[in-house]
Amino acid sequence: MVMQPIIEFKDVSFSYPNAEQPALKNLSLQIQKGDWVAVIGHNGSGKSTFAKLINYLLIPTSGSITVDGIPVDQEHVYDIRDLVGMVFQNPDNQFVGATVADDVAFGLENRQVPREKMLEIVPDALERVQMNAYAAREPARLSGGQKQRVAIASVLAVEPKVLILDEATSMLDPKGRREMIALVHELKQELGAELTVLSITHDIDEAASADEVVILNDGELMGVDKPEVIFSDAERLRRLGLAVPFAEQLKAKLKARGIKVPETYQTTEGMAEWIWQLHSKM
Amino acid sequence: MSNMILGRYLPGVSWVHRLDARTKFILSMLFIFVIFMANNIYGYLFATAFVALSIIMTGLGFKVFFNGLKPLAMLMLITTFLQLFFMNTGTVLVHWWIFTITTDGVINSVIVFVRFMLIIMFTTILTLTTPPLEVADAMESLMSPLRKIGVPVSELALMVSIALRFVPTLMDEAQSIMNAQRARGVAFNEGGLVQRAKSYVPLLIPLFVNAIKRAIELGDAMEARGYRDGEHRTKFCVLKYTKIDGVAFAAFFIFAIGLFATRFI
Repeated sequence: MVMQPIIEFKDVSFSYPNAEQPALKNLSLQIQKGDWVAVIGHNGSGKSTFAKLINYLLIPTSGSITVDGIPVDQEHVYDIRDLVGMVFQNPDNQFVGATVADDVAFGLENRQVPREKMLEIVPDALERVQMNAYAAREPARLSGGQKQRVAIASVLAVEPKVLILDEATSMLDPKGRREMIALVHELKQELGAELTVLSITHDIDEAASADEVVILNDGELMGVDKPEVIFSDAERLRRLGLAVPFAEQLKAKLKARGIKVPETYQTTEGMAEWIWQLHSKM
Repeated sequence: MSNMILGRYLPGVSWVHRLDARTKFILSMLFIFVIFMANNIYGYLFATAFVALSIIMTGLGFKVFFNGLKPLAMLMLITTFLQLFFMNTGTVLVHWWIFTITTDGVINSVIVFVRFMLIIMFTTILTLTTPPLEVADAMESLMSPLRKIGVPVSELALMVSIALRFVPTLMDEAQSIMNAQRARGVAFNEGGLVQRAKSYVPLLIPLFVNAIKRAIELGDAMEARGYRDGEHRTKFCVLKYTKIDGVAFAAFFIFAIGLFATRFI
């Protein structure tokens, strides 16, 4: 049986009104169900446009998109939004509710879920992001990381099949960022193939832990590949204006000092292991 | 700006907190009308006592309420002075150029001041003890008869709830823009009137632009979460009248009668 991709772009282009350059040019790609996909690219490369096209916040100028076999168009817009949950960058500007519990309930209210059911779903969703102690708090009294947890809980409450993180960690401190990524990994583990995560990110170490990496450059698709392949070509990453993961930077610096380093891509743990081995041989 | 209490909700467990938002809303509105029944010193003393009692029952302390008056002090003083200088009846105390201070003027300005203060204090009880969304829900519930004549009640209520929820966020933002502009040498609250007004331009324009950006992002987030306008939505928060609401209404009714009675002392 051929697996049907959860998200499919066919020759999609998009231009913002009054823009000289199209934001996306003839983009075609498929994202497999249950994958964790990182989308990287420099500022203005069309990453966010790409994310907004998936749930019809933006309408493609040409081409077609399907999510789980359903075409993304005016007719199916609310079915698509049931399937795709989105967490945005700014924790303040996506908090609709007056309190944490109200915010989580917002999506359910829109879907006309009866109140008795909401009373079960809301604490459950908050429990999963470890925020139920804060249910009655207002947004002004939460940290950025906590607000993003609430945003995740709000998305989880409606049980989407695709979770899009549109630079969701970019306004958090390093601790909040680590915690949030760990949380999404945990949820992903729990839901397995039932959840596809599409993470749009500037954080290269976060991208390095994905199943697939998509590179966008000036609205064009530069490649879809495993992180091992993408990140081992440090030269190309630099050319595209992207950062190189820490382990690769270390490798390059060691190489420059004449130390023979492994040719294949290494994670930070992999590098640590290799250094241990090298040390014991000396 | 942390002492700004307009639209800021302070959680608590007092009796007043547990009242239905509609009760507080109706009573606040009624209070504005009822206060005009007071026409002598006894009436105002009685009303002040009632407001003080209500504030004590919120368990928040008077300090919070007085802090809330500070931003409005200017407005109150202007109206008071207008009364003081331009009231021409009664015995003349001082006469200078176009200004005349008369006994009636003094009495009236004191009355206006006290009335202003009591109304602000009493209506602040509503916003301080009620979560913004409940205020919006109460408005929606009370305005629902208007739906019949085509007023988009739910949309209005949502707008109010979002406006209230963004008050502290925008306040904090205004503060940081102000500090950022100060760091670049903008002097706020210095110089003459024109100079002062001009110095606020570097605060207001970024605040306005950011508010529009926020609105766009919030709109996207709401849409992404399945919001469609004009559609029926279920409610997570429901308002329910309880016994204490009856007690509150009864207490207010007694107060209103008492206040009316003071007219005859």
